[in-house]
Amino acid sequence: MKLIFEKSRPGRRASSLPRYDLPEPEIAADLRRETPPRLPEVSEPELVRHFTELTSRNYGVDTGFYPLGSCTMKHNPRVNERIVDLPGFRDLHPLQEEDGAQGALELMWRLQEILAEVAGLDAVSLQPAAGSQGELTGLMLMRAYFAERGERRRKVVIPDTAHGTNPASVTMAGYEVVSVRTDPRGNVDLGDLRGKVDAETAGLMLTNPSTLGLFDEGIEEVARIFHDAGALLYYDGANLNAVCGISRPGDMGFDIVHFNLHKTFSQPHGGGGPGAGPIAVRGVLEPFLPVPTVARDADRFRYEYDRPRTIGRVRAFGGPFGVFVRSYAYIRAFGPELREMSEAAVLNANYLLARLKDAYELPFDRLCMHEFVLSARNLKREHGVTALDVAKRLIDHGFHPPTIYFPLIVPEALMIEPTETEPKETLDAFAEAMLDIAREAAEDPDALRRAPTRAVVGRLDEVKAAKRAVVRYAFEDHPDLSEEPARPVAAEAPKGV
Amino acid sequence: MAATESYPDDVKYHPEHDWARVEGGEATLGITWYAQDALGELVHFEPPEEGATVTKDQSYGEVESVKAVSDVIAPLSGDVVAVNRAVVDAPETVNEDPYGDGWLIRIRLTNPQEVGDLLNAGAYRELLAGL
Amino acid sequence: MTPRYLPLTEADRDEMLGAIGAGSVEALFVDVPESLRMRRPLALERALSEPELVAHLRGLAERNTHTGAELSFLGAGVYDHYVPAVVDAILSRGEFLTAYTPYQPEVSQGVLQAIFEYQTAICELTGMQVSNASGYDGTTVAADACYVAKHVTGRAKVVVAEAVNPQVRQVVKTYAPGFGLEVVEVPHRDGVTDPNELGQVARDAACVIFQQPNFFGCLEPAPELAAAANEHDALAVAHVDPVSLGVLEAPGHYGCALAIGEGQAAGNALAYGGPHYGFLAAREDYIRRMPGRIVGETTDVHGRRGYVLTLQTREQHIRREKATSNITTNQTLLALGGLVYLTWLGPQGLRELGETCTALAAYAKQQLGLPLSFPDRTTFKEFVVRVGRPAREVVAAARERGVHPGYALGRDYAGLDDALLVCVTEKRSPAEIDRLADVLAEVGA
Repeated sequence: MKLIFEKSRPGRRASSLPRYDLPEPEIAADLRRETPPRLPEVSEPELVRHFTELTSRNYGVDTGFYPLGSCTMKHNPRVNERIVDLPGFRDLHPLQEEDGAQGALELMWRLQEILAEVAGLDAVSLQPAAGSQGELTGLMLMRAYFAERGERRRKVVIPDTAHGTNPASVTMAGYEVVSVRTDPRGNVDLGDLRGKVDAETAGLMLTNPSTLGLFDEGIEEVARIFHDAGALLYYDGANLNAVCGISRPGDMGFDIVHFNLHKTFSQPHGGGGPGAGPIAVRGVLEPFLPVPTVARDADRFRYEYDRPRTIGRVRAFGGPFGVFVRSYAYIRAFGPELREMSEAAVLNANYLLARLKDAYELPFDRLCMHEFVLSARNLKREHGVTALDVAKRLIDHGFHPPTIYFPLIVPEALMIEPTETEPKETLDAFAEAMLDIAREAAEDPDALRRAPTRAVVGRLDEVKAAKRAVVRYAFEDHPDLSEEPARPVAAEAPKGV
Repeated sequence: MAATESYPDDVKYHPEHDWARVEGGEATLGITWYAQDALGELVHFEPPEEGATVTKDQSYGEVESVKAVSDVIAPLSGDVVAVNRAVVDAPETVNEDPYGDGWLIRIRLTNPQEVGDLLNAGAYRELLAGL
Repeated sequence: MTPRYLPLTEADRDEMLGAIGAGSVEALFVDVPESLRMRRPLALERALSEPELVAHLRGLAERNTHTGAELSFLGAGVYDHYVPAVVDAILSRGEFLTAYTPYQPEVSQGVLQAIFEYQTAICELTGMQVSNASGYDGTTVAADACYVAKHVTGRAKVVVAEAVNPQVRQVVKTYAPGFGLEVVEVPHRDGVTDPNELGQVARDAACVIFQQPNFFGCLEPAPELAAAANEHDALAVAHVDPVSLGVLEAPGHYGCALAIGEGQAAGNALAYGGPHYGFLAAREDYIRRMPGRIVGETTDVHGRRGYVLTLQTREQHIRREKATSNITTNQTLLALGGLVYLTWLGPQGLRELGETCTALAAYAKQQLGLPLSFPDRTTFKEFVVRVGRPAREVVAAARERGVHPGYALGRDYAGLDDALLVCVTEKRSPAEIDRLADVLAEVGA
């Protein structure tokens, strides 16, 4: 389809704005813009049609099952969208005086209290904008904590299963990464770990359950090793959906936790964001939290800026407030039964695992938590079919593919996370598709390699995209691709649809 | 067009999958067939500057495919006298001809004795067999 | 009562446990050590039904004084511009709203093409050649710019003008130690930055960050500031207001290496501070140092045009500890709001909007009749007046009369206790400005 810029015609517009007969002040010639930006010129009907056509070329949780491991693609309740749109939330200026923002501040204070309870920790900062910023904030807290104690520690330990954000955050915080291995049961290798923790270790960053979907059976010993060395433990909350109300990171021994409100608490992902990455910490770290936090004095709520040992501010204002509204609403729909959310997520995952583990390799044969990792290594070995082929064929079956090729320690990895909001019928349909694909790998492997045939485009040339890097429309110099080749008829319908 | 697997005898090998062709006081460096195959089609080569110093066993640049990035390890120490601009402009040259047109840099050796530490083709093949 | 978002019935659960071979749901948690299991319910308030939930949150919302309940002249980094209906209509569509990051391009062409269009719009606005798919907000993109500059130049110092939004400066200072960077601030001189003074400290700087229009609403001598940075091979970074770029020159046209900013003014609701989007655009030279996602154009196996995430080797999931940033989740939906908004405006609308804001602000200066803190400066949609007593008192008194007159600058700048930063967007009419003038007179400003 055409780009909005290719639909532009000089003189069209969708906007209407108030105009007043007022004198305009002079702007010096060197500060004034003479060449207007070439924004699209379209009328409102064209605008709406264009973006509606784009939505028809996109898949969301509203479209269907989205078992993208590590991403927790659960249902996004529509009442949350209604609530966030209330004028008192939507049209509230962040610099409004506190007496004119009591409801917003109370909501934030309540969310802080809830997150502290779920984490089993003492104090919360809502400010970080996303999980990765929560990580960086947590590492800055470590720095501040050790700096005040006069300790020079420079290393942070990360397991080889970690999300890439962990090592990237470590570098940005001025620390060095030390990698620790995974043992044959999928836990942190304690032998390897003991050799890597010393007086220079600032802390550990760990996801538990891990990116393998496994709860670390040695977590108490892991915590002991770090605390004995005077180091701190950071909990990457990406997989918190498995353990809400079941086991708390603070009780496991973690000192800092980030939440992904867009995963665990249903902020819609919006095609890549927004998110929120609040952090909860043990009391000893509270003095270093970013400013402001929200404090309560009897029935009044206010921003707390008086924190002399703070690391500072990590983003604007108090944090992504709209995300807080939606997540608070999601949690209040469960109340203490939040535990049932995690139980259903774990039950759904184990059921899918049970249905799939004979057709795909299971690198760690244990019960899983809210997600699990299979390997298509058997299909590759026997039929030359890769995890990528399986993923693309799932598109032809009407499903969003799982996460593939992660974690890095599992070859041909397929990481599947169903979440708690899927009915059994959906899980069964997905399992049937996965089993069909495994059979098809043996009978007609080329059908998998050609997939997808039922999407708006076939496989895309990523090498070409990286080499010539066309990252914006070039107007008259842009290759004219409006005459696209006719859409080829799908080679054949996949079986089982 | 990707090259077929080969480990020629006229170059010496480093265990990090790099090769050196030593000619007098200079050496031409590149990555092995195994390395380019593991990475996939290369889309970028980040070279050192001419005149820069490279140190044996340390990274002197990066090669990238779409999904992976890898440090290029110097098999020998020296000063960079030439960078292969053809590879900078068309990185897939490395996939097409890893030991010929796909060379990466040329250095003037600062410690020629290091050549003795490198593997010959047979030893490198053995190393690969054990991976 | 089973929580309403959980579809499994009792019969489903039994059947599923049977297939797993587990006796109970509890048994699935066998790997969690006994000592770490929670033995009490979470201490949370009871579950609320949907009508109760709406009532509860409506109660909280009604205790906030929003811009529809008060005549507001508050700006200072986040702005009450009109957000057209088409933005809400497009952003509420489930295919955008409920999608994840477009890792599987064949089922994500909608979001990918939209990001490509967003990148194009940002490049056009700023006069740059490459834009990422968004950063968290207008503060964090400044920290991102410092990280780019550190790697490009290898230098260990960044220079920030004091007339840059205080929150932007605070975030840069929070990030800088981890980057190994020292932060030096250049004071403003009567509301703007002196290019010579900036040049003095730019000598060994990785980058120089200034804001146009600056936090006081004044127009900086931006081309001269960029030249002062360029003279010393420091990257010139302009923090710009997107809605100003129909009337104010684009940073790419006066020598900047990077253009960054808070996107909220272009298409996002105020929302008590977020979520909004930060934008970051650069000259082509820095494409491989860019933080965050970038979408590129390519073709599929049939030769059809399509879009993919590209140059991903920059990012954390591949380059890990050497990544150009740790960012992954960004602000795509808000940036999409920006794209729809900029499309709605078009070039003509953008210019008219800038002209209207400038004209209204000039009218307001005149009607208020108060001394200006920086009388010699040209301003855009904000300006600073001296109210003759602590501005916070004036704000409180005016609010009692239903008018929020602006931002008390003494919160951030010593010696400016009587200074009030007044913002006028196209949503304010001349009659409303007259009302502000009356109220300020009544409260003794």
